Amino acid sequence: MLSTSLLLAIVLAPLAGAVLAGLLGRRIGRAGAHSAAILGVGIACVLSFYVFYQLVWGGAPDYDQNIYTWFQVAGIGAHVGFLIDRLSAMMMVVVSFVSLMVHIYTIGYMADDDGYQRFFSYTALFTFFMLMLVMSNNFLQLFFGWEGVGLVSYLLIGFWFKKPTASFAGMKAFIVNRVGDLGFVLGIAAALRFLGSLDYGTAFAHAPSLVGRSIQIIPGHPWSVATLICILLFIGAMGKSAQVPLHVWLPDSMEGPTPISALIHAATMVTAGVFMVARMSPLFELSTTALSVVLVIGATGAFFLGLIGITQWDIKRVVAYSTLSQLGYMMAALGASAYAAGMFHLMTHAFFKALLFLGAGSVIMAMHHEQDMRYMGGLRRYMPVTYLTMWAGSLALCGIPPFAGFYSKDAIIEAVGASHIWGASYAYWCVLLGVFVTATYTFRMMYLTFHGEERFHVDAHAGHGHDDAHGEGHGERGVLAHAPHESPWVVTLPLVLLAIPSLLIGIFAVRPLLYGNFFGSAIVVAPAHDVLAEMATHFHGVLALTLHAVLTAPFWIAVAGIVVTSYVYLLNPAMADVVKRVLGPVYRVVDNKFYFDEVYNALFVRGSVALGQALWKGADAGAIDGVMVNGSASLVDRVARRARTLQSGFLYHYAFAMIVGLILLLAGFLLVPHA
Amino acid sequence: MISLAHYIVLGAVLFCIAVAGIFINRKNVIVLLMAIELMLLAVNINFIAFSRFFGDVAGQVFVFFILTVAAAESAIGLAILTLLFRNRRTINVAEFDDLRG
Repeated sequence: MLSTSLLLAIVLAPLAGAVLAGLLGRRIGRAGAHSAAILGVGIACVLSFYVFYQLVWGGAPDYDQNIYTWFQVAGIGAHVGFLIDRLSAMMMVVVSFVSLMVHIYTIGYMADDDGYQRFFSYTALFTFFMLMLVMSNNFLQLFFGWEGVGLVSYLLIGFWFKKPTASFAGMKAFIVNRVGDLGFVLGIAAALRFLGSLDYGTAFAHAPSLVGRSIQIIPGHPWSVATLICILLFIGAMGKSAQVPLHVWLPDSMEGPTPISALIHAATMVTAGVFMVARMSPLFELSTTALSVVLVIGATGAFFLGLIGITQWDIKRVVAYSTLSQLGYMMAALGASAYAAGMFHLMTHAFFKALLFLGAGSVIMAMHHEQDMRYMGGLRRYMPVTYLTMWAGSLALCGIPPFAGFYSKDAIIEAVGASHIWGASYAYWCVLLGVFVTATYTFRMMYLTFHGEERFHVDAHAGHGHDDAHGEGHGERGVLAHAPHESPWVVTLPLVLLAIPSLLIGIFAVRPLLYGNFFGSAIVVAPAHDVLAEMATHFHGVLALTLHAVLTAPFWIAVAGIVVTSYVYLLNPAMADVVKRVLGPVYRVVDNKFYFDEVYNALFVRGSVALGQALWKGADAGAIDGVMVNGSASLVDRVARRARTLQSGFLYHYAFAMIVGLILLLAGFLLVPHA
Repeated sequence: MISLAHYIVLGAVLFCIAVAGIFINRKNVIVLLMAIELMLLAVNINFIAFSRFFGDVAGQVFVFFILTVAAAESAIGLAILTLLFRNRRTINVAEFDDLRG
């Protein structure tokens, strides 16, 4: 039995840590701030594991209760409440564990930063919002957490606010997310309108009543209500989880400090959209159209955004595009109704992607905040722990058995292959070829960073140390003041702790999670879409699955990617330029990220600037200022200018006017006949 | 026999002289004051003439009031005129155009 106070402690401990570190940061100092934040998140992590244990092994029933009523209007209640089932418990464990790792890591990474306390305050606050999001039992609290994590994401991308690119990236993330959130809010409103409640339990219980109902938004075109709600909600997920048309903010979010990239922009916040769609499975299952949209958009991102990763030179951006690609995989799984596979990949991805980001951060520290892989190379001799743990993460990312990523990604590919909804075959090719792309960019990154010759040299008189950090004001690039060295233990400990689940969690989780009905009633799958049940018929144990991998297409495609990359970047480095030249136009398109930013700039940014200019010059300066405000004044002015000439100032003129008026008045009396 | 018409014509003529005095005179503010007095007297003549004609004393009583007010008015007018002259050093009507827009 889960107690309310236990759940409240999970949520409020990180909040207390954030408040302490944020408001009293100056007084309690650096050590005080990080202790407060880590203690808060640590409590949340331990209790989350306890909750998870109680639910899965302790036989505790699901918890679904309102704790506090915010307001009650016309039969619609806004509550603060928790719904703790296995779905949310798994998310709580992932979120709090990765968050704790990142907090510990930050002690090392941000050691020289002026904003140390502020940083810990933000990250603990993020943990609070994220836990509110996943533990929510209603749409409104979900939205609260959703916006909260968006806010913290904005604050942390622009953490180094003196750097213009960072504050622009923060704004970009915020604005692009607003586009998605508009859809999300409309989706929640539509759900409230047609399901009659904001609470999941009531809303989902009414979900079957949506079947066959339609609404005419454009007269003459009836739309299915279920499709409408799901697509609007999915637009929200597209913004937060960086799906194809709204993905542009995520690569730029790499301007933020690396621990944040690991925590928010890889492991937890960006998976909120995936979690939300999985949570809404009773609704999505009603609309095959919405599922097709999810599938096609997810798969498109999985392949095409991964391609961009191959052309990037910034180590963090490679990992960022990899995140976009993996988020696409998760969405594709949801679209194929394999919610469990999507959540499985979410979990494994959280571990190995956080690991990769933190490893990249460790490399960046060793290179004195140089992020360009063209100035790295041969680092394996200097930082063995980072090197080995990053290999664990990389192999998991590529889906090499028996690493965690293999089980989740293989399940997704198989599920998409088994799906029969519209767009499934296109999606299948995307996720299948995505494996090649994943292997290519991952191995390219590892080779460029850790293998090959050193493309930097050490010069003790180069005259720049740690103090001019964060990539600004460097002297000559590729020159280091002293040799790169392994990071301190606060950095390597989280790497090791994350490498363990990256290596092992797949083996243990694949059977219960995918084929053991782990999520129970938390996830609803219509029998017609149930691809996982179909896959379960030829599942014969973990060992068989692992061994069978060497006979499947995804494995050999990954191997092909590895072989090609090894040849191009390790054995024959000159090949890279040859390939680039041969694929000239294709390379240029991919290198420019499919011109998404350019198109958005031309269309939306310039468009809104032009609209703003037109409204400013036309409506404000022209109509309101020109015609109404200044216009009325100048009208009075012009009339008065004419009228004042009547005032001669001479007494006899006034007397004359009086007499003339008198005569006219008398004439009127005499000439007009009296009634 | 002097009829009512004679008196009224006399009043009208006096009034017209006063109006002409206001219009034609462009030099002297004192003449303006005198012209106004003349206007009031023209009106008084009309009052008295009608008073006699209708045998109603009210008209003559009214004339006393008008004379009193006219005396007060000319006293104030002369006082203003004195001040004006002290400040402006002139009584030329054409130079008093401060109200010009």
